Amino acid sequence: MIRVTVQTEAIDVAAELAAHDAGGHGASASFVGRVRGDGGLTELFLEHHPAMTGAGLTALAEAAARRWALDALTLIHRVGAMAPGETIVLVLASSRHRAGALAACEYLIDRLKTDVMLWKRESFADGRVAWVEVRGTDRERAERWG
Amino acid sequence: MTLDIAYFAWVRERMGMAAETVELPVGVATVGDLVRWLAMRDARGARAFAEPERIRAAVGGAMVGAEAPIGDAGEVALFPPVTGG
Repeated sequence: MIRVTVQTEAIDVAAELAAHDAGGHGASASFVGRVRGDGGLTELFLEHHPAMTGAGLTALAEAAARRWALDALTLIHRVGAMAPGETIVLVLASSRHRAGALAACEYLIDRLKTDVMLWKRESFADGRVAWVEVRGTDRERAERWG
Repeated sequence: MTLDIAYFAWVRERMGMAAETVELPVGVATVGDLVRWLAMRDARGARAFAEPERIRAAVGGAMVGAEAPIGDAGEVALFPPVTGG
């Protein structure tokens, strides 16, 4: 089962894992991305496209599920305003054996940084507000998957 | 031909709007043509599209390059490189 969600509400990691794991899969891998409070960051805002962000995440999820024959996949991305420590993204991938689950998890987090319509804006305690620039290392990691 | 354009992130901020409907001039056939035309149209466009190499686009829901035809897409989205995850 594939579950893809774009939401403004906080991501309940424990509840999502419980729902995902109800199938009792052989091997499950997870990735949890959180807002870092580096440099006095007070808010992270995620802008998204009302239709294309979800469509892009769904396309990646379906590609991963096919490539690694996943039994279950949960992909949740939060949008809107977030505070340091809050969860931005959750990936849960399950397959019969660990290799597929781990690879799918890494693929999804790498590719969603470069392929999906999402933009980060950082606000800092000193009043600075800046859109996050693309990092070359993110592009290189995403390109590894072909 | 009329075209709906949607702007995101700092492109939206520099344009001062999230979306608009424009009457395309003759000769604006590709995404690259559209970006060049917007850059010349007014001061906001000049600021938003000063560096066309930093602009990404989606036509009819698919990410495309500057050479992509607009055709009768209905909506073109213009935005900076994405930074999710």
